[in-house]
Amino acid sequence: MNAIIMGCSRTGSILAGLLASEGHQVTVLDMNPNAFRLLPPNFGGVVVVGNGIDEDVLRRAGIEQADAFAAVTQNENQNIMAAQIARHRFNVQRVVCRIHDPSREQLYESLGLRTINPARVGAQLVHEALLREPATAQAEPPRSG
Amino acid sequence: MYNIIVGGGKVGYFLARGLLDQGHEVLIVERDPAKCEMLTEEFGSVVLQGDGCETAVLDEAGAARAENFISVTGDDEVNLVACQVAKHLFHVPRAIARINNPKNEPIFLKIGIDFTVSSTNVILEHIEEELPAYPLVHLLRLLDGTAYGIVEVKVPLGAQVVGRRLRDLRLPHPSQVLLIVKRGGMPTVPAPDTMLEADDDLVALTSPETAEQLRAVLTDGATRS
Repeated sequence: MNAIIMGCSRTGSILAGLLASEGHQVTVLDMNPNAFRLLPPNFGGVVVVGNGIDEDVLRRAGIEQADAFAAVTQNENQNIMAAQIARHRFNVQRVVCRIHDPSREQLYESLGLRTINPARVGAQLVHEALLREPATAQAEPPRSG
Repeated sequence: MYNIIVGGGKVGYFLARGLLDQGHEVLIVERDPAKCEMLTEEFGSVVLQGDGCETAVLDEAGAARAENFISVTGDDEVNLVACQVAKHLFHVPRAIARINNPKNEPIFLKIGIDFTVSSTNVILEHIEEELPAYPLVHLLRLLDGTAYGIVEVKVPLGAQVVGRRLRDLRLPHPSQVLLIVKRGGMPTVPAPDTMLEADDDLVALTSPETAEQLRAVLTDGATRS
């Protein structure tokens, strides 16, 4: 798969490392060249400096050949705009967009974007962890001294 | 008529002033508290501090009863999302987005923002009009979503089309010459055998894709001034 990741944040860099280690062709896009330092040292993908809401930057990142596009910057509105450009202008089949605001998440799901809300996903995981039966042999808390 | 304006910068300020002067109801949504204070001082209590893309903020603004929703911030992504939220969640009849980067115009139209105003293009068009040597001037963009526009092209001295009849020209499709203004300012409705002369001003309907070809047909061969 040929994937473009917009935003080399913690999420973006981990995601890029995962996909690249599975043998996918990965291009990471970020406005800040320093952000690429978060990528794993053996990262085998391509990095492009630029803003993903600019069509020409997306073309430079190879969007016309991309199978997948993930918008995971810290800027929610930029994620939404870039995801819609990828989906509707470049017809990328798999587009995932990170949105924090639950009402906007719903709106853009209904408008055909696949959205991920990290707060909701995080809360669900914590919720599951809290409700899980404690292990039978529970570890004693470490004693000081 | 109730109008919500997102963005209290220069464009938002003058827009609000114009609408208020005409007696319309206006609310400005602005994120920056300092700007809000300044606007309130000037206009009174027609300012709401908050993010115009947030559903809760637009709910508080009474977006559901707004007739016009106009997003004029300097960030295209904000204008896009604010208009989409207003349109789809609050069913505002008319959502208008300012576009700062002209490249974004097609995508705004494609994803359903009905009205866009490209501030950069508007400024460029006005400058073009002031530059006499500029061969193609955008006069008007038709707002019905077809993206057709009306342009003006001056036939320069030495152009290949000088002395030829309109019907013999290979004009790109779609484009249509609507009016010819002859030297001295006399406007003529063009007929197929109207002869073109140097310095004729042609007013034509065209699409953005064919505007450049139209200019080329009408100006090729001219000695650059």
